[in-house]
Amino acid sequence: MTANRKTAALALHKPKKRYSLLFMVLPFMLIIFLFNYVPIFGWIYSVFDYIPGVPILECDYMGMDYFKMMLKDANVLRSLKNTAIFAVISIALTPLPMFFAIFLNEIKCGPVRKFVQTFTTLPNFISWVIIFSLAFSLFSTDGLLTNAFARLTGTNPSSVLSSKESVYWFQSFLGQWKMLGWNSIIYLAAIAGIDQQQYEAAKVDGAGHFRCAVHVTLPAMMETYVVLFILNIGNFLNTGYEQYMLFKNAVTAPTIEVLDLYVYRIGLENMDYSYGVAISIVKSIVSIALVVLANLVAKKIRGNTVI
Amino acid sequence: MNKKNKIQTSASRKVFQVFNYLLMLGIAFICIYPFWYIIIYTFSEARLADVNPPVFLPRGFSLSNYKDIFELNGFFHSLFISVLRTVVGTFASVLSCSFLGYLFTKEEMPARKLMYRFLILTMYVSGGMIATYIVVKSYGLLNNFWVYILPMLISAYNIVLIKTFVEQLPASLEESAKLDGAGYLTIFTKIILPLSKPIIATVAVFVAVNHWNSWFDNHIYARGNESLTTLQYLLYNYLNEAQRLADQIKNTTNAAGMSQISTSISPKGVRMTITVLASLPIFMVYPFMQKYFVKGIMVGAVKG
Repeated sequence: MTANRKTAALALHKPKKRYSLLFMVLPFMLIIFLFNYVPIFGWIYSVFDYIPGVPILECDYMGMDYFKMMLKDANVLRSLKNTAIFAVISIALTPLPMFFAIFLNEIKCGPVRKFVQTFTTLPNFISWVIIFSLAFSLFSTDGLLTNAFARLTGTNPSSVLSSKESVYWFQSFLGQWKMLGWNSIIYLAAIAGIDQQQYEAAKVDGAGHFRCAVHVTLPAMMETYVVLFILNIGNFLNTGYEQYMLFKNAVTAPTIEVLDLYVYRIGLENMDYSYGVAISIVKSIVSIALVVLANLVAKKIRGNTVI
Repeated sequence: MNKKNKIQTSASRKVFQVFNYLLMLGIAFICIYPFWYIIIYTFSEARLADVNPPVFLPRGFSLSNYKDIFELNGFFHSLFISVLRTVVGTFASVLSCSFLGYLFTKEEMPARKLMYRFLILTMYVSGGMIATYIVVKSYGLLNNFWVYILPMLISAYNIVLIKTFVEQLPASLEESAKLDGAGYLTIFTKIILPLSKPIIATVAVFVAVNHWNSWFDNHIYARGNESLTTLQYLLYNYLNEAQRLADQIKNTTNAAGMSQISTSISPKGVRMTITVLASLPIFMVYPFMQKYFVKGIMVGAVKG
């Protein structure tokens, strides 16, 4: 009887619903609900003056007070400015991995290319804590490079890690150091996918290596570049906090504190949960809108979604 | 005319090649050198290295840094916690994600589309750090080992990768097993898992690296709890202390304060040695990883 039903179902191509599957999936759905959706209900804390340990309904109702407070908070403005600066720099640097891929592809000696690719990709897998430790060894006041630089210029050693002015370019440099090789992989794959006949045709027309690169390789990668560029803009507010939190110290605090880090400071250091949640709600809504918009545009360009 | 042109291009080509090799090797050098520096530092003799840091080769040779680390309170325990969370977390997450990835290919699942959207939405929407913290706290997970495992258990992105792979497998294998009376679980363990090895290896590598590198969850969910301190967080604590002391030294002008601080400074060697040991597992699995991650990033970029 069951066997019969099974064959019938196969023949119909419209299999009968199987509720046993539902029971297998539900425990996992519960975990997703508990860790990804319940926190969204936690947004309710933003309209109460939440005190840990007190039931939410017994807390004072604040209405939109925390959201209004944000508009007057100079720190919000400052961290928004820092976030924007980091984001603009990183967007301005998006062509780097593409050019790195083009240049790397011009290295015709296999082992050298493999060597360069291997070691430039490695930092992507290293945690920010370790990167901070490396940077500390090289750039702190008694660090190797700080002292070498001081001896070279005959000045007193001054650490780039405790310089308010150098934060933007130095943190962006570290970000590139970590991600350059990794981000170039997708472009290297795009180069590998270029039809060799295009190069041959260009050569017949008298193009040298340089013109091949400009007229064949570069256009072939533009689509990938544009899509990644748009997604980058979508992630404008999502700078993350790990890197900035590690490199933050008494001196760099005013220029390194990005929005995510400010939320952390308000919520988990000052224990002002409600205000922290309020800021992160606004941030979430704006950034979701940006990401969705960016995805729609990218989809239009590419014909399918990327994320 | 033509010949001259050709000679010119090949000359400029040569200049370019030399420049390009130097540039590429230079970038690679910048990526490797920081690691090399801390490695040679940890093998140097402390009294020599403190005065004159090594540049390309260790100053003297000594294993005392490593001896110190192995005697350091809490080192082995945090190593154990790091290894444990990486092994348990990777195993649980990869198994859950691949099982879900398989189940979501089943059209006979009721409300499949709805649940799949419920999953995908988690890639875009999140409650944020503070709300998540309050919720995790209310589950009683603070200072609990499972706080490292459960929030990272399900990853929508990894499930999409696995589901895409499973969909490409020939359906006939599964159908014939079904006719032989095999249930979903049997089909999953006996057919799907072995056939999906390439994608599962890719996902496992990423999940494992993620677990090994995590420190922020340790920082907010199990701060100051020595029995749950991971290796990354142990390093974080040492660095924090070093940075605080550096700040203090900067602000201290009188010599008395200076000497008082310098005696309490945590030794540089300890910090660097933990850094070497915490990066070691990544160095060791990296050659195996390389094979998989290029595939992973491509699948992820194309499908979704």
